[in-house]
Amino acid sequence: MDKFSPSFSHKLVKSMFKAATKLGLFVFVSIVLLLGVQTITAPQIAYEEQHAVLTTFNQVLPSDRYNNNPLDDTITLSDPEKLTLLGSDTPVTIYRARQDNQPAGLIFKAVSPHGYSGNITLLMAVLPNGTLSGVRVLKHRETPGLGDKIDERKHNWILGFNGRALLTTPANEFAHDPRWAVKKDGGEFDQFTGATITPRAVIGAVKKALLLTNQYGESLYE
Amino acid sequence: MSKLQNESEVTELPIQSQTRWQEYKLIIDNGLWKNNQALVALLGLCPLLAVSNNTVNGLSLGLATIAVLLISNALVSLIRNHVSSEIRIPVFVAIIATAVTIIDLLMNAYFHTLHGILGIFIPLIVTNCAILGRAEAYASKNSLDKALLDGFFMGLGFMLVLVLLGALREMIGNGTLFDQAHLLFGDVAYNWTIHFNDDYQGVLLVILPPGAFIGLGLIIAFKNYLDAKKTSKLQNALGIPVSVTSSTNAKH
Repeated sequence: MDKFSPSFSHKLVKSMFKAATKLGLFVFVSIVLLLGVQTITAPQIAYEEQHAVLTTFNQVLPSDRYNNNPLDDTITLSDPEKLTLLGSDTPVTIYRARQDNQPAGLIFKAVSPHGYSGNITLLMAVLPNGTLSGVRVLKHRETPGLGDKIDERKHNWILGFNGRALLTTPANEFAHDPRWAVKKDGGEFDQFTGATITPRAVIGAVKKALLLTNQYGESLYE
Repeated sequence: MSKLQNESEVTELPIQSQTRWQEYKLIIDNGLWKNNQALVALLGLCPLLAVSNNTVNGLSLGLATIAVLLISNALVSLIRNHVSSEIRIPVFVAIIATAVTIIDLLMNAYFHTLHGILGIFIPLIVTNCAILGRAEAYASKNSLDKALLDGFFMGLGFMLVLVLLGALREMIGNGTLFDQAHLLFGDVAYNWTIHFNDDYQGVLLVILPPGAFIGLGLIIAFKNYLDAKKTSKLQNALGIPVSVTSSTNAKH
């Protein structure tokens, strides 16, 4: 048959339409299927996500110390000055734990930009009296075997923050509490063999976050 | 590579004299050993190398890959006579992407922590060439039963390599085995972790990505060694050059 004859091109167009229709049908079925599965799994995923968040909360603030749902009691910081103290350039959500409506602790994320490889994201809880309840590393890319000892699953170093506070005597400049450094820098925290940058970064971030809660402590519960 | 593919396709074509069971046996042999997707075809290396840092991660990704291979091979085989050749690749991709997304959603819902650990590598199963490869080279030409069997054993062969590499890296690198097994098997598995030595410092290199390359290289070398031994044994017995493998590792 002549390639350019009308009947050939008609046939070609017809087969193209047929193929396109079939392909469209397959994609449509795929979409319907995916929508179905997504609708079924969405509540479970939302529950698991909330559960996972609460589980990490329990690591820094024991769940018997509060009886509200911190996920529903939040305040969002967007003041750049405060955000600098948390090392974040995007607004930070602070979760407020309360026992019988009395302040029981603030739970929030802080970021240290000074990690050995990229940011270190921390989750920390501060009690109303300015004492640390606990600190955990949520996300980091530090060297396995060296810097990753900040992870509680690898080493108990991070537990050294429990119960610590910044000196709050008025004469004392908050920022210069000398205990808040690795031993190498004259402070009270251990460094790791072969990794000083990582603990230094974590201590610096926690210290700055404590400055924030010391300065604005009570107003953060309102 | 083209030579390898031609040869392996020849061995997969049904031969008249073969009974059904012989064909099944051939499929199993190809999936687990002769045409192992990870060791011979060297497909899907990105997830293989990235998540083989411990046994449980390897096993989880392996299971997810088997599930995707089963679904995609089955569907591709079922529609093989209804899809014209010019749209077959987009259709296969749509099927595979749908299967992977479904598995991704299900894992997010029911194995949430594990899903967090495996992260991007679950959606990346889409890009595992082994899956499109099986759909195109096998499932689109064979009946449902054979396509399913092929999907399962190709996936199993891939998973076994993942688990073996994961176990080796975890043992040498961390001094443990089955660490974090509870993420996959639930609370009963909390004490499955085997610690070989409490003071073991671990070998950093083995945990880092180079360890995956070195480990995979050693496993491939060992497989080739076994195949070469088998070949030379046959050769000695028959007195003539024989090739028992269908693949590149039959080079003498």
